[in-house]
Amino acid sequence: MAAPTISAAGVGKRFLLHHKRATSLKERLLLHRQTSSEEFWALRDVDLEIGAGQTVGLIGPNGSGKSTLLKVLSGILAPTTGTVAVRGRIASLLELGAGFNGELTGRENVYLNAAILGLTRRETERYFDEIVAFAELEPFIDNQVKHYSSGQYVRLGFAVAVHVSPDILLVDEVLAVGDESFQRKCLDKIGEFQQRGCTILFVTHALDLIPRICSRGVVLDHGRVLHDGDPVEAAEQLRTLLGTGADQTGGAAVQRDRPRVAAVRLFDPASGADKGHFRGGEAMAVEFDVTAPPGSPPVAVRMAVTGPADVPMWVMDSDPLHPGPDGAATVRFTVKELPQIKGIYAFAVAVRDPSTNVTYDARRFSEAFLAVGDTGTGVLEVVWTTEQVERQVER
Amino acid sequence: MVQLGSAADARAAAQSRVRWELLAELVRKDLKVKYKNSALGFVWSLANPLLYLAVFSLVFGFFLKNNVPWFAVMFMSGYLLWSFFNSATLDATGTVVGNANLVRKVRFPRVVLPLASVGFAGVHLLLQLLVFFLFLVLAYPDAFGAQLWLLVPALAVVVTFTMAMSLLASSLNVRYRDVQHLLEIALLAWFWLTPIVYPVTFVRDQLAGAGLLWMFKFYMANPLTAVVVAAQRAIYVHPVVTASNGEVVQVLPAGGYGFYLQWLGVAAAVSAVLLVVGLWTFRRLQADFAEEL
Repeated sequence: MAAPTISAAGVGKRFLLHHKRATSLKERLLLHRQTSSEEFWALRDVDLEIGAGQTVGLIGPNGSGKSTLLKVLSGILAPTTGTVAVRGRIASLLELGAGFNGELTGRENVYLNAAILGLTRRETERYFDEIVAFAELEPFIDNQVKHYSSGQYVRLGFAVAVHVSPDILLVDEVLAVGDESFQRKCLDKIGEFQQRGCTILFVTHALDLIPRICSRGVVLDHGRVLHDGDPVEAAEQLRTLLGTGADQTGGAAVQRDRPRVAAVRLFDPASGADKGHFRGGEAMAVEFDVTAPPGSPPVAVRMAVTGPADVPMWVMDSDPLHPGPDGAATVRFTVKELPQIKGIYAFAVAVRDPSTNVTYDARRFSEAFLAVGDTGTGVLEVVWTTEQVERQVER
Repeated sequence: MVQLGSAADARAAAQSRVRWELLAELVRKDLKVKYKNSALGFVWSLANPLLYLAVFSLVFGFFLKNNVPWFAVMFMSGYLLWSFFNSATLDATGTVVGNANLVRKVRFPRVVLPLASVGFAGVHLLLQLLVFFLFLVLAYPDAFGAQLWLLVPALAVVVTFTMAMSLLASSLNVRYRDVQHLLEIALLAWFWLTPIVYPVTFVRDQLAGAGLLWMFKFYMANPLTAVVVAAQRAIYVHPVVTASNGEVVQVLPAGGYGFYLQWLGVAAAVSAVLLVVGLWTFRRLQADFAEEL
């Protein structure tokens, strides 16, 4: 087992909130010994070991210390207690284009920004065309950056950041900025990094993304690690924490003895590799785990695809399933070829009672795939299969 | 697969170590930004020394006649080095605060920010010296002798001292924002306490006349004085000259180079100690930069 890429031990970060603090030498002389401050621990006893190639989702309510943790790990802030050790080059997508100078051209800024992020001039020269192509800024690369639109600015910043060939990528809510196609590009790039074996630490409020992208989820609350492990459970735990859990209406007690959707995985059926987004014409597989309390009646699983404006496009139902003795079953839907109709599609999965059609539990994934076909309408021809996946019994 | 191990460790280290390439890139940026929209470009960097030369020539060659022949050469020899120190330090002071956006968000060696100001001023110094030497070739060939080598240690000392002051000022300015203003005032007083527009021997003679010659040591302990005087000896060359009215004027301490080397040595020691203090202070304070900004 290789040494972890990121290892934080007992990390705490204290901020002092100064009520009255000298900010100049003059005040310092007049005010001395009158300073009062309040302590605020943004992080407390955080132990985190992240191995090479892991993708970890870092989630938590606002103010829980996520961004502070990223800054401490990336060496921007020094921890008050504990130690942080990082191996490899870090690229953080915290602030895209930080350090751009409006007076300089895009080309000059690429060199400057790459140098700040740790690239040598020769490396930058090697990646230059690729960076510009990725940012889709070929015609504008010799214009001053101050004339760029905010989208162009962010694209260029992102292009540089992802081309520094990082060992570790820190992503903080970049998906909140930029338009749809940019967000998709971000996700595609993240997928590419995963395949390359890059370690990714991913902060997001889009909980749907966590099970799709991450192999591990860490929940922070008030600066402490509340959960570290299964990403689905992490998302679930945060939903409970935020009071937006799926079990809101029925209450936790009722929910627990009903069948549930435990985990959902989207992947490419050919390679088996996890994939967040699909395009028209591609094959898609959705596999998900269902847990049911022992002795439950058979359940059915439904997958529904909705198009723009939440219009249902097609629905697939599985045959009734008989969960194993441990109450778990895994179902796989495979779509041979996604339709080529223009749009962004969401999908939802649900566990239902096949006899009464009561939905026990459902989960919705927005923007699961994008079709780039040129037709707005067309005949939908979807070939799909469902199968209950034989589970290898562990232990 | 990303290979881990020593290569990764090296890349991690490279993100916090001073990298010359980054420093060069920042200096290049400053130069580009400064001269982007000006037709005269670099010629502007000569305007400031020439303006000072004109004003001081008028004041000291006419109003307060000091009788120093070739006053322009004596003044420029010291002023160019002073101006390097002055503009680099003032410029560096605001760099950490001025790049708050970068400091708060990106991991990179912060030391390069003030050092880039030193580099920027250094490029100007080189160009100004080049033009100055072209002038000397035509008008003052005396400058080209063995004594010119004194300029090398003088430059080394002034660069070290400037780096030290830049590191100190830029890091302290994050915590105490009035450092910048205090420094501006201090530099003005400093300029007049350094023998740039008047010969150092005038100070020595005045102190001796008042029976305070022992104080001359303290006057010379200012590293900039040692640097400026050495540069004057290197370029102006002649300690004793005859003015146009036949008066014999002593501009620089006579004798060999002992006086100059001795004070340059003191200045070098002071600068080296200050550089260590500056680096230590900067490294100590930089942990809090992201919070203070």
